[in-house]
Amino acid sequence: MKTIYDILQERILILDGAMGTMIQRHSLTEEDFRKGWFEDHPSPLKGNNDLLSLTRPEIIKDIHRQYFAAGADIAETNTFSGTTIAQADYSLEKAVYDINYQSAKIAREVADEFTAAEPHKPRFVAGSIGPTNRTASISPDVNDPGFRAITFDQLVEAYAQQVKALIDGGVDILLVETVFDTLNAKAALFAIDKVFDEIGKVYPIMVSGTITDQSGRTLTGQTTEAFLISVSHIPLISVGLNCALGASMMRPYLQVLNQKSPFGVSAHPNAGLPNEFGQYDETPEMMAEQIREFLDEGLVNIIGGCCGTTPAHIRAIAEIAAQYQPRQTNFSNTKV
Amino acid sequence: MSDSKVTLKLSGLEPLIVTPESNFVNVGERTNVTGSRAFLRMIKEGDFEAALSVARDQVEGGAQIIDVNMDEGMIDGKEAMVKFLNLIASEPDIARVPVMIDSSKWEIIEAGLKCIQGKGVVNSISLKEGEENFIDQAKKIKRYGAAVIVMAFDEQGQADSYERRIEICKRSYDILVQKIGFPKEDIIFDPNIFPVATGMEEHNNNALDFFRATKWIRENLPGAHVSGGVSNVSFSFRGNDKVREAMHAAFLYHAIQHGMDMGIVNPTMLEVYADIDKVLLEYVEDVLLNRRSDATERLLELAETVKGDGKKREQDLSWREKEVKERLSYALVKGLTDWIDEDVEECRKLYSRPIEVIEGPLMDGMNVVGDLFGSGKMFLPQVVKSARVMKKAVAYLLPFIEDEKDGKRSSAGKVLMATVKGDVHDIGKNIVGVVLGCNNYEVIDLGVMVPFEKIIQAAITENVDVIGLSGLITPSLDEMVTVAKEMERAGLDIPLMIGGATTSKVHTAVKIEQHYKKGQAVHVLDASRAVTVVESLLGAKKDAFVSDLKVEYARMREHHEKHRASKELLSMEGARANALKIEFKQEECIAPSYVGTRAYLQFPLKDLVPYIDWTPFFQTWELHGRFPAILNDEVVGQEAIKLYDDALHMLNRIVEENWLTANAVAGVFPANSVGDDIEIYTDESRSEVLYVQRTLRQQTKKAEGQPNLALADFIAPKNAGIKDFIGGFVVTAGGGLEKYLEQFEQDHDDYNSILLKALADRLAEAFAEKLHEIVRTEQWGYANQESLSNEELIKESYRGIRPAPGYPACPDHTEKVGLFELLDASNITGVTLTESLAMYPVSSVSGWYFAHPAAKYFGLGKITDEQVRDLSERKGENVEIMRRWLSSVVQ
Repeated sequence: MKTIYDILQERILILDGAMGTMIQRHSLTEEDFRKGWFEDHPSPLKGNNDLLSLTRPEIIKDIHRQYFAAGADIAETNTFSGTTIAQADYSLEKAVYDINYQSAKIAREVADEFTAAEPHKPRFVAGSIGPTNRTASISPDVNDPGFRAITFDQLVEAYAQQVKALIDGGVDILLVETVFDTLNAKAALFAIDKVFDEIGKVYPIMVSGTITDQSGRTLTGQTTEAFLISVSHIPLISVGLNCALGASMMRPYLQVLNQKSPFGVSAHPNAGLPNEFGQYDETPEMMAEQIREFLDEGLVNIIGGCCGTTPAHIRAIAEIAAQYQPRQTNFSNTKV
Repeated sequence: MSDSKVTLKLSGLEPLIVTPESNFVNVGERTNVTGSRAFLRMIKEGDFEAALSVARDQVEGGAQIIDVNMDEGMIDGKEAMVKFLNLIASEPDIARVPVMIDSSKWEIIEAGLKCIQGKGVVNSISLKEGEENFIDQAKKIKRYGAAVIVMAFDEQGQADSYERRIEICKRSYDILVQKIGFPKEDIIFDPNIFPVATGMEEHNNNALDFFRATKWIRENLPGAHVSGGVSNVSFSFRGNDKVREAMHAAFLYHAIQHGMDMGIVNPTMLEVYADIDKVLLEYVEDVLLNRRSDATERLLELAETVKGDGKKREQDLSWREKEVKERLSYALVKGLTDWIDEDVEECRKLYSRPIEVIEGPLMDGMNVVGDLFGSGKMFLPQVVKSARVMKKAVAYLLPFIEDEKDGKRSSAGKVLMATVKGDVHDIGKNIVGVVLGCNNYEVIDLGVMVPFEKIIQAAITENVDVIGLSGLITPSLDEMVTVAKEMERAGLDIPLMIGGATTSKVHTAVKIEQHYKKGQAVHVLDASRAVTVVESLLGAKKDAFVSDLKVEYARMREHHEKHRASKELLSMEGARANALKIEFKQEECIAPSYVGTRAYLQFPLKDLVPYIDWTPFFQTWELHGRFPAILNDEVVGQEAIKLYDDALHMLNRIVEENWLTANAVAGVFPANSVGDDIEIYTDESRSEVLYVQRTLRQQTKKAEGQPNLALADFIAPKNAGIKDFIGGFVVTAGGGLEKYLEQFEQDHDDYNSILLKALADRLAEAFAEKLHEIVRTEQWGYANQESLSNEELIKESYRGIRPAPGYPACPDHTEKVGLFELLDASNITGVTLTESLAMYPVSSVSGWYFAHPAAKYFGLGKITDEQVRDLSERKGENVEIMRRWLSSVVQ
């Protein structure tokens, strides 16, 4: 059977689109976030989307199904906030293992359904590892710039828990994404490397950073190339960019990655910038046309969507991507 | 398509790519406490704003990487590293370049690696402590994502020849690349730059060997880079900047030709290669390249004629031509006593009254000294010498003053100084006394071991303006609290200064200040701060100073309370469950040649000299930096050299004339652990317990896999059926000290008095080191057998530790009592214990020997009251008493 590395040599792989946008379509109530798991939890849980993998798994499975049907090769697990650090806001640190394990498990089930039906196009599951809501490089207190609300060690501990549970649940890939503080990402990579050592097994790792605006830097001030250098010590299957920007604004920074990255390059931009109501209104066609420019230049190996994208966006992107060759990458030096 | 990973790529906020075509990468060296006194002072004073501006200046000045080093005994290196790196992270104009995390302590390196989002450089690791350690550290560095500097250093020492350099670099490289898969391009070798033209033939090839090794590395170890600290090479020419600058430029030129591509260079100490005088260049290159046998002599001769700035070695007597008041001022600033009597006599005739000589020209001169010291332009050893001149002048005038009726001298204020009850350490107190005296304060020194009654009584009868308390051992902290409480009870409102190595601002704020509400307690960090504090306490702005202080201390108390609450400690049960569990093997628990003690009386002092660690000696004089690098320090180097010369001169006399008596006793006994206790037996039958040593266990919550240590963990448990042993020792090098101190004091010579005490302390430490070696190889002999058996075990000759009661691994001073009894130490060595369990004579060291290979030094950290209660029960001691002894470690 072909490995993901073999397939990446042949074609551009399609990552799925937004999870939050799809969940919003369901007008869920507080009850949906508690059902069967957290009935007696003392504080409100609505909005803690990761819990839905436990309480309403059929909704999440259906979203994965829609993306796979639209042409996605890789589904991201519903675990963006699946660390004890992010869950502390809801006092649900104890739910972290279940969130990750079950999220991975249901994505795995849907992926296997599709692979069985279309063996020529195997589907993959990427465990989504978010940035947490704390930064290891920036003080939250402007008057005390030396202060840190989170330490590297705390991040490593939290990430290691998440990674173990994702692997137990059956993911194929680990995706460290929406990196706005590279030190957080380095802690995640540190944890992943440690877990690999402990279990004696390795998985492909994707890292995706976030360039916050047209200054071309991450929230913590790194340029795209500095970010790339800072995460290159661990063999990656791809390094890329996601969130914050729409496709056309992301292009100059993808060009940097294309030039400098020894790994594959990925991109999952937003559906443009949010409008004054916080909604994303780039249509699938508009977004796909901008992405065509990436493809003309041969910038990417993996492409998908972030905030505001839907199965319709992914379908449009997949159709265009199918017409292009992937960026030339020698994956031999990116495998462990 | 991308370029591949063959070049060294580093990052701060921006990338730094080092390709084979790149120019030499210049590493900024000013943010290094061991290299820059100014930077050290900023860190010690907590002036991080100024420290950041040093970093900013360097980056603006073109440094492509900044080296950050916080290795200094008087600061918490780990905390300072973390704080500074965190602050840099919020300064984009600094953080744009990569950071080089520079420390000899792995824990500081690791703490630093956890703070940087970019890819930095670790400076450095080596095979010094063996392959296992090296591999472990390199693996972690790789996982953190940093490049690494590898020193050419292995188990046998630092590489000092071409062959050793390439042997060690090759071995390090192969381990890194083959065993760990460390990226080749992330390896940077530092093949050791050593001085040339030292006059010793074996140093003639030092530069050439470096060049050749550099070339070999670049040709044979693909991807690897070469770095080094350039200023070392010209060490022999310190004081002659012109020659040094030429040597640096020429060295760098050749080193770069041979492939050195990174390094630490002080740009202000660098000539442009093309601008070097042709003759000088030829001579310098003769030396660097070892081109002729007389190269060193020729350069030394030439150096005499090309002296640049800052080297006036020949004695300049032109100042003798000036008028007498200026001569006095000059003698005071320069610390010259040779003409002081005749100058004072000449001056006395100019004034109607002898007291006016003191109040006029002498005080004017001392004010100059005070100003220079205050602004960091003079250093402590110089000030102490100035004070010696002043005292001699005053002594000369005193008989004339006494002939007058009202010869009372007006002073800026009266300061009472005392080392508190139970403590005998007084170097720091004496230094503060000298500095205050220089600034026209009248100092009343009550000496050492002064009970509070005496302090209070003297303060009242002498009507003093300020009281200064000093102490070094931890129980003195408690005694200071007592003094403060008693002063309050006595209704005093005299300001109270607190100083000494274990004291701190936090301790003063939390434990002392509140007990002295009528007056004000203030912590004084070091002698250089004492004058400012006294001036503030007595001057017109006292109210503002005191109210600021109160606010600051209140804030510190608040912060301390918060911090305290947040630290999580384990229960005793939890800590014991996580004890270190060594798998003891009988063959590792080696029996001594005989059980019991052995005395080492009147040990030859000359055998101790090679064991002296000089770095703490310079710290005593508030000159901070590592020895011998400190002799080369840009700021304090000159003074350090003078002080070192004086010290060697006196040391020579101490040894030749047998000034001091060095006595010691060491013993090795059968022992086994029982829980946190160590049972020490009378003989090999192990039936009769001679003494039970009670050890304390760490209670801090540890990372996974890290044990909660107690010293008892290093001794085989009784129930394991293994015969284990423990040792103990007491050494002193202080016998006979008093006689010489008295002579110096009669001669008004504080400088030599302090010098002698500091040297005696160093000799005691050196003796402890030497004795440990004797015990390892002979008396106990556990290391001897191993080193004989197998070359690979050479590193084991350093096996074992010697923790001292009262220090981090066993802060319980009361264990000293048992140790002394066990060894009959007081009778054998003459060392006694004060009521606070300080050792007298001061220049003494005591401790336990642990021989197991896994034994290592650790800090106990904070413990809970539960452990204090537990310990009291085990010792059969009143819990209140133990609480007091352990108050500094109980949370």
